[in-house]
Amino acid sequence: MTALSDSASEPISKAASGISGFDQITGGGLPQGRATLVCGGPGCGKTIFAMEFLVRGADLGEHGVFVTFEESVRDLSRNVASLGFDLERLQREKKLAVDYVHVDPSEIEEAGGYSLDGLFVRLEHAINAVGAKRVAIDTLEVLFTGLQDTSLLRAEIQRLFRWLKERDLTAVITAEAGENSLTRQGLEEYVSDCVVVLAQKVQDQSATRYLRVVKYRGSTHGSNEYPFLIDDTGFSVVPATALQLDYEVSHDRVSSGVPGLDAMLGGKGYFRTSTVLVSGTAGTGKSILAAHLAHATCERGERCLLFAFEESPAQIERNMHSIGLDLGKWQKSGLLQVRATRPSLYGLEMHLVALHKAVAAFKPRTVILDPVSSFMSAGTPHQVKTMLVRLFDWLKTQQITTLLTYLSSPHSREDTVVGISSLIDTWIELRDMEISGERNRTLYLLKSRGMRHSNQVRELLLSEQGVALADVYYGPDGVLIGSAKESDQRRRRRDEAFAREDATRNERLLEMKRSALAAQIAALQAAFANEEEEARLAVREAKARSDAALADRESVSQMRTAAGNKTNNGAEVL
Amino acid sequence: MAIPASRNKQTARNSAPNLATEERWNLRLYVAGETPKCVQAFEHLKRICEEHLQGRYAIEVIDLLKNPTLASGDQIIAIPTLVRQLPPPVKKIIGDLTNTERVIVGLNLTPQVAAKRKSK
Repeated sequence: MTALSDSASEPISKAASGISGFDQITGGGLPQGRATLVCGGPGCGKTIFAMEFLVRGADLGEHGVFVTFEESVRDLSRNVASLGFDLERLQREKKLAVDYVHVDPSEIEEAGGYSLDGLFVRLEHAINAVGAKRVAIDTLEVLFTGLQDTSLLRAEIQRLFRWLKERDLTAVITAEAGENSLTRQGLEEYVSDCVVVLAQKVQDQSATRYLRVVKYRGSTHGSNEYPFLIDDTGFSVVPATALQLDYEVSHDRVSSGVPGLDAMLGGKGYFRTSTVLVSGTAGTGKSILAAHLAHATCERGERCLLFAFEESPAQIERNMHSIGLDLGKWQKSGLLQVRATRPSLYGLEMHLVALHKAVAAFKPRTVILDPVSSFMSAGTPHQVKTMLVRLFDWLKTQQITTLLTYLSSPHSREDTVVGISSLIDTWIELRDMEISGERNRTLYLLKSRGMRHSNQVRELLLSEQGVALADVYYGPDGVLIGSAKESDQRRRRRDEAFAREDATRNERLLEMKRSALAAQIAALQAAFANEEEEARLAVREAKARSDAALADRESVSQMRTAAGNKTNNGAEVL
Repeated sequence: MAIPASRNKQTARNSAPNLATEERWNLRLYVAGETPKCVQAFEHLKRICEEHLQGRYAIEVIDLLKNPTLASGDQIIAIPTLVRQLPPPVKKIIGDLTNTERVIVGLNLTPQVAAKRKSK
């Protein structure tokens, strides 16, 4: 009893389909030991889904039986060979049994009750022959065209599903899509565990295939329409969006390849795994910034995958050579892969799937999309946005740094990209500036999450040595760049020289004045000294004279006194 | 579509009814074990043959439970299935053969025979 209740509470086990992306959506694959109905219109890939389920199963050690009602074994082998499936080898190795059940209504007459035991016997024989764990039946509904007793058929089909379940076989049953129901014959009533719908939609002349898990009993599953691709490696489904925003963030920084730009980005460059947008009008140097990142990535010895939507790889290589970036070298060394596709080649979803596949195969650390604006022609803005959200999300989870360029129209520079701006970690805007008859490139950092970054406008200079950033000059008339900046700088230098000359001249004049004044002072002092000397002489003479006179008077008076006492001649009196 | 086509052939044979009498009939009955339907089918077949093809028929019974590989050769899905190997073309009749009318039509037995049977 306990064993029973234990098994009942266990989540259902799943059989990995091995189909790229599908196991992610369903959280592990198809329900183990149960039947899955795969329905869709003609050409949707039902047969391929069923076949890949078996081929991948064989690789995983679960052998399979493929019952085909529509194609002969030879046709089937040939058709799936283009997907890289070698049915003959798998059959030789006893990993796969293929049984072609041909129902020709023209040679069958019904006369009384019957059962489909013949089919059961064949199935059982094939299952035993390879020890199958998986069964694919493509397409059971053919029976309805070959046999007339539909009520008997339904009962038999129901019995078949039960029979498969009893043998614990994981089965894929394909069915044609019906008008008002999932399948033409209402098979979904019998297969109740898992139903997958494949559809093809055409928009703007390009077709996209979608997969949807309509029902998955006992399991959570993504319920969106997921685009899928069938190419030379089989089926691949792209999960629309990661269910949660739980990817790891990196604190690592990677150089943008332009030292000046790294300096603006807090001195270290972009965050690894961040999404970088380079927007700008035509010819502002978007692809060049992208090429720099590619170059820097390869220089670190990491792989870079560049998706070009407007130029051929050879053209990119030549153009970047002109600014001194040798991308050809990296391509040869295998670090750089350039994939050029026309956006109009296929629908948006197909692009997404193709991008997924290329990234998964090359495993780059940096992915460049140049330019994503070309997708705008492949869908509505909403569709493009959804696609890009999914792409960036996924690239983040893969720990990949993404740079995308966006060609904005000259009239609505930033508006165009607003839709995706929320997904962008670092947004670089390149702008033209037309001043005095010439056009120059400038670079702004509109935002850069999680780091201190420059708010300055820089001039983007292209040379044979690549991109350099220069400070722009703010003159009295606003921002000056290019030759206007150069001529302004020259004028300033000239003005300064003039000013310097003026100053020295003034200084010289002053000096002259000072020395003239000094000379005057000296002359005045000399004259004064002269006068003073003369004045002193005069004073001295005058004093001398007055002294002499005094002495004369004294001697006379003495003489006068002597005449009175002694007779003195008169002369002495005088 | 298929059934009127076989009827046309039948009317073509009416012009030369004796042809059929010379022919040798090889019939193969596919069964899966001795289920009531299979047993019934064999009995019905035997009766019809005795009645219409006395002395010029052979019935080979193949039990798919014993020889499952033989099922794909004649593209057997339903059990029981009767396959007319000779005379050509190959014809298949599925079911327990309770509907004698359809067996006769399916096997292209002469309409006169069928009519005779009916009048009985």
